[in-house]
Amino acid sequence: MGALTRIASLLVLVAAWQAAALEAGSRLLPAPMAVLRFIIQEAERGDLIHNVGVTLLRVAISFGIAMVLGVALGVALGRSKAADLTLDTPLLVLLNTPALVITVLAYVWVGLTEAAAILAVVLNKLPNVAVIVREGARNLDPQLDEMARAYRFDRLTWARDVLIPQLQPYVVTASRSGLSLAWKIVLVVELLGRPDGVGFAINYYFVQSTDVAAIIGYSLVFMAVMIGIDVLLLQRLEAHVRRWR
Amino acid sequence: MSAAGADPVLRVSIDSKWYRSRGAEPVEAVRDLAFGVEAGEIVCLIGPSGAGKTTSLRILLGLDTDYTGQVSGAEQAGMVFQEPRLLPWRSVEHNIRLGLPRARRGRDLDGLFGRLGLAPWRASYPKALSLGMQRRVALARALADDPRVLVLDEPFVSLDDAAAAELRGLVVDTVDGAGMSVLMVTHNVAEAIGIADRLLLLSRRPASLVADVPLDRERGARDRAWAEATRATLAALYPEIIAV
Repeated sequence: MGALTRIASLLVLVAAWQAAALEAGSRLLPAPMAVLRFIIQEAERGDLIHNVGVTLLRVAISFGIAMVLGVALGVALGRSKAADLTLDTPLLVLLNTPALVITVLAYVWVGLTEAAAILAVVLNKLPNVAVIVREGARNLDPQLDEMARAYRFDRLTWARDVLIPQLQPYVVTASRSGLSLAWKIVLVVELLGRPDGVGFAINYYFVQSTDVAAIIGYSLVFMAVMIGIDVLLLQRLEAHVRRWR
Repeated sequence: MSAAGADPVLRVSIDSKWYRSRGAEPVEAVRDLAFGVEAGEIVCLIGPSGAGKTTSLRILLGLDTDYTGQVSGAEQAGMVFQEPRLLPWRSVEHNIRLGLPRARRGRDLDGLFGRLGLAPWRASYPKALSLGMQRRVALARALADDPRVLVLDEPFVSLDDAAAAELRGLVVDTVDGAGMSVLMVTHNVAEAIGIADRLLLLSRRPASLVADVPLDRERGARDRAWAEATRATLAALYPEIIAV
């Protein structure tokens, strides 16, 4: 029933798109078939796979770095009042700096390199992860901590059996919201200073010929890839960490 | 019986314990509380609620170090908290094995699972179990490393009578069989009279020792009449602590 409703809503959306395209009759609002034709052509040329692959790799690397650092930072902030007081303001500043500003500054200060691109995405995403995980580290059950002390748990046992299971739901939430954030920022970063990737391609077709079919085509393909990762990987991970409930 | 064994298994000597929180008057929770638990002895700590019994246990276990005085013996104690305090994301068996230091965590516990009737539940998660069964798991965790003394904080509270009696029986059988000592905090006087070798009566806040009452009759020979007579005697002597 749920799947049926989903498909119906998708069909209505595509039909509305088709109707609007017919009505407009303009190159600036291409019909669904025109977009599909572009996707097929671009795939046959090999550009699509290359650009999507490059972007995906950037998302994966920056997402991985931001998650690892963000979780470590979040735990430190949640467990230590001193760390929280010291780092709360810088975190707030970073959290409220526009992604565009961070990206431009990274390119200016580090240079137009891959490292600068990754750094820009990491800096954009890290504060969100840290803030979500901090919430988890603040909400650790004090009764379980006391039990762990009464039973003299060694550090490894404490981390594996007491700390990590309590953080898992927060980490999964952070990665789900973080993944969509990361890929949106990667596109901006690519647009501003990379010679390949989905963001570059979209910018290219925009500046070159205002080819809207290309712009929509690229974003649809990449959106599909990211939703696929969320459904196939992250949602399953979430179900797995909540299995004991 | 209090004069048995030379070295007590547990020794508690708390000169004073204050709770100081910002914006509130400091409260003295414990003052001059000293007692020991001998090998093989079941000792019940009885006092009005909020008297500082749990505070004393926390100090004894090293969970609260902000006090003046001295305690010893916690390293050979297995602890059962008032709430089971199991890890809900770990199986029953995993929870019980966490009662062992890492080096011994793989040891054979079939006997323990069998004795406590937990064998069918080894792979279950704690949330699938009733409160009584969860308490059993907590008891098994405390027993896993063969402690010399079992420390219990109101372990039978909020169970129905049958479940409480069953769990109580398990505790008594286990410690009698192994020559283990027990220090149990309770506010259930009947329960304490039923199983203790010695009762320690605590005053209201700040908690201090009011009386140290040995119960000499064999546990098996304690009948209803004896229990009621004992309770009446204690109630007459210490009306502040024990109601009729």
